[in-house]
This record gives sequence, C-alpha cells and structure tokens, in this order.
Amino acid sequence: MKADVSNIDALDRAIIAATQGGLPLKLRPYDAVGDVVGLSGNEVQARILVMLDSGVMRRIGVVPNHYKLGFNANGMTVWDINDEHISELGQKVGALEFVSHCYHRPRHIPHWPYNMFAMVHGKTREEVKSHAKEISAILGNNVNASDIIYSKRILKKTGLRIAAQ
Amino acid sequence: MNEVILDDQDRSIINALQGGFPVCDRPYLEAASRLGISEDELISRIETLLKSGVLSRFGPLVNAERMGGGLTLAALSVAEDDFERVAELVNAHPEIAHNYEREHEYNMWFVIATETKQEISTIINAIEAETGLSVLNVPKMEEFFIGLKLEV
Repeated sequence: MKADVSNIDALDRAIIAATQGGLPLKLRPYDAVGDVVGLSGNEVQARILVMLDSGVMRRIGVVPNHYKLGFNANGMTVWDINDEHISELGQKVGALEFVSHCYHRPRHIPHWPYNMFAMVHGKTREEVKSHAKEISAILGNNVNASDIIYSKRILKKTGLRIAAQ
Repeated sequence: MNEVILDDQDRSIINALQGGFPVCDRPYLEAASRLGISEDELISRIETLLKSGVLSRFGPLVNAERMGGGLTLAALSVAEDDFERVAELVNAHPEIAHNYEREHEYNMWFVIATETKQEISTIINAIEAETGLSVLNVPKMEEFFIGLKLEV
C-alpha cells in the first residue's frame, strides 16, 4: 500500500508545474523541462521516476478526447449496490475494457441513492446501454437501483492546475 | 464536435501512448522505434493530434491527492433557464477541472481539485453561496480502476 500523501519538494512541484501544459515536443524533452526549473535533464528524469513510483504521477501519456474519436455517447452509469459486496463487485466492473473509471462514492439519501459510478464510453447510446447491461449481469441481484446519465456538453475541461511554489 | 479521421499510424500512436511514455534522454526516439516510425514523425504527429483536439493532453498525469491536494466530484441541479449563469459562476473557479452538462435532474457535474483537502469545502460553500443551490458532493471512497484503455 502506498502512503496517502507522498513527500514532494519545491523542485518536484516546479517540474509538475512546468509540464502541466504538456511534455515539451522537443528531441530532449526532459532537458527542456530542466532548463525551465534549473536542473539537468538527468535530474528531471530521476525525479519523475520517483514520482511515478510513488504515485504522485500516475503515468506519462496521452489523454484522448473521446468525442473527437467518435465516442459520442458518454454514459456515467450509477448503481446502488449492497455495501458489503461493493469492493468485490467494483473490481470486476472496473476491469471491463469499456469502463474507463470506476469508483465507490457516498450516497446522499434521499436525493442520491447510488454508491458506485462506472464511466462507459461508446459510439452510440445503444452501445452504452448494452455495456450497462453487461455491468448489470455482473452485479446480479446486488443492485437495488441504477441509471445512465449521459453527457450533453463539455462546459469546461482544463485538467488539474498545480501552483509552482 | 466533429469527429476527426485518423489513419492507422495515428491510432497506433494513441493506443501505445495511453499506457506510458519512456523516461530517458531521447524518449521520442525510443517510443518511435517501437512504433516503427522516426522520432521527428512521432513528434509532429503528436503535435497535430493535440492541435486537432484528438488528444486533450500529452504529458505527466498527476494524482492531486498524493500531493496532499483535495479532489471531488460534485453536482448541481440547475433550472434550465438559469443554466448558463450557473455554469459561468462554477467555471469561474480555477479549482474546477472539468464540468459537464448531463441529462439528469442533477444536470451539472464537475470535478473540484484543490491544493489542500480543506479547500474543497471552501469551494463548495462559495458555489452554494454564489448560485443559491445545494451541491451534491460525492468524493471517491474507493477507486476500482483508473486507466485508459480506449482502443481507437
């Protein structure tokens, strides 16, 4: 188990801030980051490897925009599942290849009865619905209620912003 | 939003780089050689994919909570004729990382990311005061999987 909070120092934060807009598209991108934060490229690489290992950085990679790729149906499927089975069932749902994120979240009775969220992407709503059925089959009679909440419009998408200091 | 047409090379780049990117002196060279293309071609393709919006980001993805930050998912139930005003008020907070309009009684769903855990409630209180609406706050209690595995 990794610690909840990892220790990072001002230089680590500077590296995170310098790469928030993206990794430089240069032949030696870590050298370019080093130029900004005042470290050598090798020092930047070493610190990034530590942050990847500790989980401060999840990974270095691309984040695709589902809509531009034709995945126009984005369904947040929400489920009210018996609490005693949620961890075991959540693992199974999270492992499905069409589920991009899966979380246990709190209910707020009476407004909000659902305690599991699984994000499902599909080219059409029919596809999302059939994926939701597959999830439902895994959950069996542990489901008390469920819904699919489709996205209509992106109102903002800037990602996380971390201050440099 | 218009779908962008990709060729096989773009697809293999997107699929390969969802999983990770090398940390070494010439990472584009290493990633490109696995894909069977040149370093320059990989860089220019990533640049084009970012410009066309097919990729919303390329770089390190940070876990704010491991840095001591706060993160939550929250929602509002907004009257249709008040929607744009509320969207503006919510989006004006730099701590709002994403915000989506969704088809449900809770029709606005946003992620709040803050430098410290305590600031989450400050932002929620501010949004409630500004909008006059009550925020549904559903922070994650357990994460079952987070990985992008979208095959394009």
